[in-house]
Amino acid sequence: MLEFFTNLGSSTRNSFSKLGRGAFFLIHTLSGIGQVLTRPGLLLKQMYSVGVLSFLIITISGLFVGMVLGLQGFYILRDFGAEESLGVMVAASLVRELGPVVSAILFAGRAGSALTAEIGLMKATEQLSGMEMMAVDPIKRIIAPRFLAGFICMPLLAALFSAIGVMGGHMVGVSMLGVDDGAFWSQMQATIDFREDIVNGVIKSIVFGFVAAWIALFEGYDAGPTSEGVSRATTRTVVNSAFSILALDFILTALMFGEI
Amino acid sequence: MASSSSTENNIVAVKNLCFSRSNRKIFDDVNLDIQRGKITAIMGPSGTGKTTLLKLIGGQLTPDSGKIEVDGQNVHRLKTRDLYTLRKRMGMLFQSGALLTDMNVFDNVAFPLREHTQLPESMIRSLVLMKLHAVGLRGARDLMPNELSGGMARRVAMARAIALDPLMIMYDEPFTGQDPISMGALVHLIKALNATLGLTSIIVSHDVQETAAIADYIYVLSEGKVVGQGTPRQIAQSDSPWVQQFMNGYPDGPVHFQYPAIDYLDDLLAST
Repeated sequence: MLEFFTNLGSSTRNSFSKLGRGAFFLIHTLSGIGQVLTRPGLLLKQMYSVGVLSFLIITISGLFVGMVLGLQGFYILRDFGAEESLGVMVAASLVRELGPVVSAILFAGRAGSALTAEIGLMKATEQLSGMEMMAVDPIKRIIAPRFLAGFICMPLLAALFSAIGVMGGHMVGVSMLGVDDGAFWSQMQATIDFREDIVNGVIKSIVFGFVAAWIALFEGYDAGPTSEGVSRATTRTVVNSAFSILALDFILTALMFGEI
Repeated sequence: MASSSSTENNIVAVKNLCFSRSNRKIFDDVNLDIQRGKITAIMGPSGTGKTTLLKLIGGQLTPDSGKIEVDGQNVHRLKTRDLYTLRKRMGMLFQSGALLTDMNVFDNVAFPLREHTQLPESMIRSLVLMKLHAVGLRGARDLMPNELSGGMARRVAMARAIALDPLMIMYDEPFTGQDPISMGALVHLIKALNATLGLTSIIVSHDVQETAAIADYIYVLSEGKVVGQGTPRQIAQSDSPWVQQFMNGYPDGPVHFQYPAIDYLDDLLAST
């Protein structure tokens, strides 16, 4: 019994201490953002590896998610004779929810895990330590450009995901199942609100990008300097990012759309 | 004591250093001085905290008590900015080389110059080629770190460590795992760089012969204390059993062959 409470106490203390380290890490990273802006070369290189290299997975996933939405939406709406509203349904689901959430989870799996492994290995091979001894702050030089790149790329990837998804929905609904092309677009245009839907979706993806990049980089920086440590950190990145993104999505949705 | 000649002549002064990690005492009241312009070796068995000592001198770790002065400044009292200014004058060579794996040899050596100076690219090129030439790797400038042998990686790291013309350079186990030719090259380089660039070198090592061949002064550490010090000749003639065991590689002595355990006979009988 005593052992149970000792373990509980120590794991609680560890969790809080990790949270504290994470917060300091974030503040330190944010203080390095100004320096990154003066060296756009560093930022562009990271935007390439974080953003451009995630392009393919986001595009293909977006297309399939949109196609499935088109198919399922059509079957449900047809029962009510409302298949012309398919465009609204597909676009609203993508822009409000699926675009930001699914692309953020894919982003955490594709780019986040790569960032954690990269930073963890740099720590294990003493590259970060070596940089400190060369009087270069690794958080400002290595972490900050990656953080900013994730933060910038995430909303762009989410927008791409939604746009491709709408095209996928159109392909299935209009080209294959025969929904009226004009109704598909005009109802979407009439119903989707810029402020209510699109801006809120963009805000979500900005928040998710911030959180996913923070978790990935912190886990890498905090990883045990061994192969086991790096492997655990990579797993934690994917799991914690997915949890945080889904939980934050609920909170943000409640604040933006709900009346809870 | 040869090391206590004059304090001005010491570039590093470690005073009453105590340091422990997860309840294990690594250093217990250690005092040592590193003389300017000399090669000082810090030797001792694995696990005596030699690398930790370098990290303490470089300000990457903080001691429990005692102080470390580098060039007259108390390392652990400095603000981050001042510590970084001081670090620009200290080179450190990590055991693994710690080269940045996403850059080629040239960019690795150019890294500290690009980070800390506003020199034009043409001048950086000349400086990098000079440093690489000094370590014999001017021709390897386009190779990536994963294409280098262990010895070459250490030489590139050495070129990088001298890029900013530091006052002193700290070598962490520079000879470990090297073939005789690489070892010879590294021994020669450490001595040559120390003499020609007017550096001060601190070598942390357990390779007795190589280190004793180039060191001006040796400290032998064991179990958190300095157990012997002197010139290589004095150390070789030392009658301390610790020093004798370490320098001659005796398997048993003050450092026991057997890990502490209960009595052998009791242990065997207990299992039946």
